[in-house]
Order: sequence, then structure tokens, then C-alpha cells
Amino acid sequence: MQAPPNEVDVLVVGGGNAALCAAIAARRDGASVLVVEGAPKFYRGGNTRHTRNMRCAHDTATEHLTGPYTEAEFWDDLLRVTEGNTDEGLARFMIVQSKEMLTWIAEQGVRFQPSLGGTLSLGRTNSFFLGGGRAMLNALYRTAEELGVSVLYDAPVIGLDIDNGRFRSATIRMDGADHTVRAKALVVAAGGFEANIEWLKEGWGEPAENFLIRGTPYNRGDVLKMLLDSGVEAIGDPTQCHAVAIDARAPKFDGGIITRLDCVVFGIVVNKNAERFYDEGEDFWPKRYAIWGRLVAAQPEQIAYIVFDAKSLKMFMPSLFPPIEADCITGLANKLGLPVEAFEMTVSGFNAAVRQGSFDHTELDDCRTEGLTPPKSHWACPIDTAPFYAYPVRPGITFTYLGTRVDRDARMQMADGGASGNMFAAGEIMAGNVLGKGYAAGIGMTIGSVFGRIAGERAAKHARD
Amino acid sequence: MHATDHLKEAERLMTVCNSCRYCEGLCAVFPAMEMRRSFADGDLSYLANLCHNCGACHVDCQFAPPHEFDVNVPKTLAQVRADSYRAYAWPKAFQPLFDRNGLAISIIASLSIAGFILGFVVWHDPLVLTSGSGQFYRLMPHTVMAGLFGAVALYALLALAMGFRNFWTAIGANSVSAGSGTTLWQATKDAAGLRYLDGGGVGCYNEDEKPTDNRRLYHHLTFYGFLLCFAATTTGTVYHYVLDWPAPYGWTDLPKLFGIPGGIGLVVGPLGLLRAKLKREPEMVDRAKFGMDTAFLAMMFMTGLTGLALMVLRETPAMGIMLAIHLGVVFALFLTMPYGKFVHGFYRFGALALYAAERKAERSAKPGIPAS
Ligand SMILES: Cc1cc2nc3c(=O)[nH]c(=O)nc-3n(C[C@H](O)[C@H](O)[C@H](O)COP(=O)(O)OP(=O)(O)OC[C@H]3O[C@@H](n4cnc5c(N)ncnc54)[C@H](O)[C@@H]3O)c2cc1C
Ligand code: SF4
Ligand code: SF4
Repeated sequence: MQAPPNEVDVLVVGGGNAALCAAIAARRDGASVLVVEGAPKFYRGGNTRHTRNMRCAHDTATEHLTGPYTEAEFWDDLLRVTEGNTDEGLARFMIVQSKEMLTWIAEQGVRFQPSLGGTLSLGRTNSFFLGGGRAMLNALYRTAEELGVSVLYDAPVIGLDIDNGRFRSATIRMDGADHTVRAKALVVAAGGFEANIEWLKEGWGEPAENFLIRGTPYNRGDVLKMLLDSGVEAIGDPTQCHAVAIDARAPKFDGGIITRLDCVVFGIVVNKNAERFYDEGEDFWPKRYAIWGRLVAAQPEQIAYIVFDAKSLKMFMPSLFPPIEADCITGLANKLGLPVEAFEMTVSGFNAAVRQGSFDHTELDDCRTEGLTPPKSHWACPIDTAPFYAYPVRPGITFTYLGTRVDRDARMQMADGGASGNMFAAGEIMAGNVLGKGYAAGIGMTIGSVFGRIAGERAAKHARD
Repeated sequence: MHATDHLKEAERLMTVCNSCRYCEGLCAVFPAMEMRRSFADGDLSYLANLCHNCGACHVDCQFAPPHEFDVNVPKTLAQVRADSYRAYAWPKAFQPLFDRNGLAISIIASLSIAGFILGFVVWHDPLVLTSGSGQFYRLMPHTVMAGLFGAVALYALLALAMGFRNFWTAIGANSVSAGSGTTLWQATKDAAGLRYLDGGGVGCYNEDEKPTDNRRLYHHLTFYGFLLCFAATTTGTVYHYVLDWPAPYGWTDLPKLFGIPGGIGLVVGPLGLLRAKLKREPEMVDRAKFGMDTAFLAMMFMTGLTGLALMVLRETPAMGIMLAIHLGVVFALFLTMPYGKFVHGFYRFGALALYAAERKAERSAKPGIPAS
């Protein structure tokens, strides 16, 4: 295996979208660049591998986007999902920058396509990668390597030498041997700490044991911890993250997109006591899917069951595991291990409360419950047609928001005031600057690309001067 | 329940891919898959033959091995595809020829060459083999040649047609009138340009995650080389019978104008394809079908090479033996056409026609639900 050089201009830690955008930008500006990716080659680009689109502002429809998505609209969406928990100056800056990103990313070899089957409602706002996130990454790696960026795999950073807010060198472990690499500037794009259950437990307590991690097992937050321990200012709440309800049968790590379930709005969701706990039809699914991870996390043993009947089976995108099926409600309760009587009461109580209107899943229709708590405000239909189905779900953590505070130069801020001389951060590790809470599909990649590119450019400039 | 493990694995993968869909823009396989919720044997044969094995969905897949989901679409579809050649071959009695296809084709080709050499020797003085007169028809009268090859070609055509009919019915192409003029025209265009061998626009992926367009180039050389050789033979026959103008033909006559570039294509194309095959990322390769694939390339290559050699050596003493070899190869080629990789062209065309028909047909409304 190739040994790392002793010194480079810019050291990039991580190997995902943010890291590669930084590496490419720094190299294009003339710096010598080394990328150290902690994961083996196949798993390079941790969570980026699993993505499919990014959200960028644009003034007109394009070949792949069905209409304009203005900066103002983007900002409104962000304000709404974060409920104001965002650094407005930085977020608006990112939105302005996102416009150029569409062309910049395409110039790095990434190809786009119209929105995927089953995702029509994102066709205007989000640009989909042809072939998905791994295709996108492969293109970035190809470009980086053609430009002369060096990349090392299986090369986690295990130590940082930081003196008074200035980066001096990093220790990289390869094949059991430790190497020291000095650099004039450092870009950290090593993801969040979502794969570190112990750390998640610090915020969430024991329930975190039952969380499933949707993406890479390599985003353990080791470098984030080193930075925070070296005086870099933290931003964000340790329990804030992007979390959705995914199939409980998914693997502990890296199950990716195919374990997600899009059927909450078509049925009811009960906990292990067979009780409903939230309005399943509150709003359109794209606007609500990201709250269900937290909702399920708050239930006993962090498990819940989406229950629906034969009428709905084909109304949503298929997913990896088949639903659990039974001919009657009692049978379903037995298969799920739910208290039978309570489950029957919940279902019959729900059915009795349904005021049927004309069902239309493409609008906020008038099918709702009356006199039921919690209500189901839309798309409520009695669960009465055998066979009956259920998916068990658990919280699936996508990525965490606690990270390093940065400014518009993607420069890390220090806890005791002032900015770091030569340390920059991009991607998940600083997503909390923009996302205090909540999420809008595709924004993770926007954060990574915009701040990655800026971090790379500023790091290269720093190395030059 | 599926008949084979390959089909079972293909169904598992299609369920994974159908809940992912990231590869939707790469080729026809994924949109065709999205039109289905369940996958019967015929559906899987259809999807497998729609796949051009460009490799794009493999290098792009976040669930490829070593991931525990172990998704390997190109390899699995290659296995199902190869199995489909056997399953639909006509008559059933000859289906076992697919089991050790490389060996079977080599034996048939050797026997065929030996047969021609022996035939020449038995019918004539052994000296004619080395007499170097340049006169083919002294060795084998034209009517005999035409009769023999006409018969074997007719048989090949019949067997291919019957096999194709089995395939066409199995994939359900009858039910959606995939045989209409517009869909056949669309399929012809897609097949002629190898539209789906381009990894979604940049070229196919063979050795690694860097796309090239080599395989498409070499496939074009092989396919159009074959067509040109076919045209050369056909015009030669027409000249002979209709215009009463027997060989040899001059450099500027159609049989030569078609035959020479055709022969070169048939030599260069298969060599390039074989080279690509040997360098292919092992993970995507179905080892068990190596014999079938190489036998087919070898037959194409031999047809081209012996044809060119015959032209060059025509006026030399080697002509007789060369003619026997060339005729032996071509005879074996026709005989084995329905029982080897050759059928892939027909099945792929059929799959493309069905795809064109499905695209045209009203697609049922799909649910519009995103999440990421
Ligand atoms: C299933 C799924 C689907 C998603 N879909 C979308 C989507 O469609 N659109 C969207 O915008 N966002 C999506 N996201 C979120 C998105 O993946 C992230 O926001 C984005 O990829 C973050 O990019 P990044 O470069 O910061 O992190 P990553 O791509 O995760 O890269 C971080 C890298 O750092 C490496 N690393 C970690 N520790 C070390 C160390 N000590 N030393 C060296 N390297 C280290 C890791 O191996 C990893 O490769 C999705 C996430 C998941 C899990
Ligand atoms: S091959 Fe992989 S990335 Fe492509 S659709 Fe299938 S599962 Fe998804
Ligand atoms: S190998 Fe190419 S043609 Fe075959 S399914 Fe994958 S992307 Fe499509």
C-alpha cells in the first residue's frame, strides 16, 4: 500500500461529497492535495454513496428540473422545516451559492437525470444523480484523480496536532502503522457521529441502542471529537438529527434507501401496546416523513407497526422486505406479538371514527376521523379488507447535526472566540450550522457541495499565501 | 416459485432494485422493472435479455458486494440470460448442447471441417486439394455448395424462429402487440445502435469504474462485419444464379466490396471483444458461460479469418485445403447458430420490441411519494 507523503498543501479528511468537492476545488486552485478516507475503497464516501439528489436554487426549468425554484422559496422551505433553528446569514449565503453548484458539479463529471419514478413531487426542486450517489461519487473521484489529487483508503485519521487553533499535522493509521502528515491547511469532511451508538446514547440515553443507522458504519465522529477537544466551537444539539421510521428488519448499519417505508399515510401506526400515537394523515408524506423517526424513538422499546389493508398495498413504492400478512386483525396481532384485544379495539375504534370522503392521495383530501385522539386528518379509510398487512418500524438515523461552527469561508470557529487560522469543515460535520432541526430532502448534499467547494478554495488560498 | 436458483436470485435483486431505482436512467432494464411488482420466470427472462451487460449498474450500486445485500445485477442477469437460451431452444432434444457449449461447438466445428476435407478427397483425386487452380467449383460444384448451405441455413432459420417464438410467448410479448411496426422499428434502431451498451451515456464499464466505449465499437465491427459477409455471400449467389455470372469477382464487384471489410470486421471485432472479456472485472463475469461466449467469438473470428485467407491464397496450392476449412467453419456456424450465443441477438431484439411496446402503452399511474 502506498505510504502517505510527509507534507501536502491541503489535507482533506473524509471521502464523501464534501471531501471530494473540497479536494477538487483546492487542486484546481493549484494546491497539492491528499484525501484520507477512513473506509475501504468500496465504502468510500460513506453516506454520499446512498444519496440520490441535491437541492439547488434555479431560476428556470432545465432539462432535468420541471420548473424554477427561487432562492426565496428555498429559504422559505428551510425556515419552515427548521422552525427558525438556522444561522440565517449562513443559510441564505448557502442558498445563493447553491445556484452555481448545479453547473459546477456537472463540470466535475456528475450527470443528472429527471426525478426517479415515485418521486414526482421533487422533480422541480431536486436534481437527481444519474445512477445515484455512488455514480456521482465515482465521477468526482475520477475527476479528482485526473487532476492529480492523491487518495488513500483504509486510512482513518486517529489524531490531530492542533496548536492554538492552528492545524499542524494529522496522524493516519494504515495497516496498523501510524503516519504523520503535515499540511498547510486542513479540510475536515468526515461526516457526523451517527454510527457511534455510545455517543448517540449521551444525548438519547438507552433508547439509542434500538436505533438503526441508515448509512455508513464509518461516520463515528472521531475527528469531530478531536476538534471539539482542541477548542473548536460546537454547534447544534446532540439529539438533533435526520431520523425516519425504517423497516425494523433492516441491518444495524448501511441498509440505505431500500428499507424506507412510504405507507404511513395509507394506514395507522401503533406502538407495542397497540395504541396509536400520532396523526398519520397530518400532511403530505414528503413534508412529514422526517418526523417519524423521532416519534417512534419516543415509543416504548422504540418500535411501532404501520398497519394497512389490501386496498392500499399497491399505492406506495415497494421496499426491501415484504409486509407481514394475515387474514384477520386477530391473526395480524398474533404475528406481530401485539396485545390482541387492544389491537382489535384500536382498529375498530379507528374504523368507526372514519368519515369517508373521496380518497385522493395527491391532495389533502376529506377522508378523516371524527372524535378520535389522535385524529387522522386526511386519507383515513377503514382497515377492513383482508388480507391485512403490517411493517414493523424503528428509528433510522440518517445523520447527526451536532458539529463544528463555521463562517462563510467554511472556516472553523474557536470556542474562545475568533476563527481558526487554517482549519475548514464541510458536509455533515457542520450541517448543524444550517440545520438546527428538521430537514428538507436533498439539502445534505447541498451543504456538502457548497461548503466543500468553498473550504477547498479557501484552504488552497491559505496554502498559497 | 422459480425454476432455478438464478431466477430466484434475479427475483430477489429485482425486488431490491425496485425499492431503490437509482439506476433507472441507465438503461431499459430498470424502467421495465418498475412497470412490475412481481416477477415471473418470463418477466425475468425478458429483463435479462433487455440487459446489455454494460456494467454501469454494478459500479454505481451502493449494495454491490462486499455489501451484505450482495447486489450484482449484470452477473445475475447474464446467468438468467444464458439459461434462457437453453430453455427456449428448439427442438428440446438439442437443449443439452448448451450445457458444455464451448466443447460442443468445437467438436461440431472440427467434425465439419474434417468432413469437408474428407469429402473433397473422396470425391476427387486428393491432388485437387493442392492443385492451386483458383477454381472453387472444381472442388465442389456450385449447385452442391448452394444446396448444402441452403439446407443448413434453412434449418438454422427454422430452429431460430421456433426458439424465438418460445421466447416471445414466454415474455408475454404477444399480449401487448409488441410486434407492431412502430415498436419493431424502435427495437431495430435500439439494437442497431446498441443504445443500452453505453452505461447511460458515457460508455460501458468493463475493467473498473472508468467507462470506455470499446465493447460497443468491437460489437459493431463484429455485427456489421457479419452482415457484410452475409451480404457478400448473398450477392455472390444472386450473381451466380440470376445474372449467370460466376466467381471469381473483381475488387470492385459487390461480393468483394462487402466481403473484404466484412471479413476484417469479423476478425478485429471478436478479438477486441475477447480481449475485453478477459480483462473484465471478475465480479461481473459468469464463469460458467465462458465457454459459450468464447466459442461464439471464435466461430465469428474463424469465419472472417478463413474467408480472408481463402481470398488471399486463392491462386496458391493452399486454396483447396483453405476452402475446405472455410466451408467447414461456415457450415458449423450455421448448424450451431440456434444452439449458442448467436441467439442473443434475436432475444435481445425481442426484448427491445416488448420494451418499446410497453413504453408506448398507457402506463398505470404511479404513486408519487418521495423520501430520502
Ligand atoms: C440512505 C440515505 C439516503 C440519503 N439521501 C440523500 C439525498 O438523496 N440527498 C441528500 O442531500 N442527502 C441525502 N442523504 C444525506 C447525505 O448522505 C449526507 O448529507 C451527505 O452525504 C454528507 O456528505 P459528507 O461528505 O459530509 O459525508 P459522507 O459522505 O458520509 O463522508 C464522510 C466520510 O468520512 C469518512 N471518515 C469518517 N471518519 C473518518 C476518519 N477518522 N478519518 C478519515 N475518514 C473518516 C467516512 O468513511 C466517510 O466516507 C442520505 C443519507 C442516507 C443515509
Ligand atoms: S443495482 Fe443497486 S443502485 Fe441500481 S437500482 Fe439496483 S439496488 Fe439500486
Ligand atoms: S448491466 Fe447495464 S444494461 Fe444491464 S442492467 Fe445494468 S445498467 Fe442495464
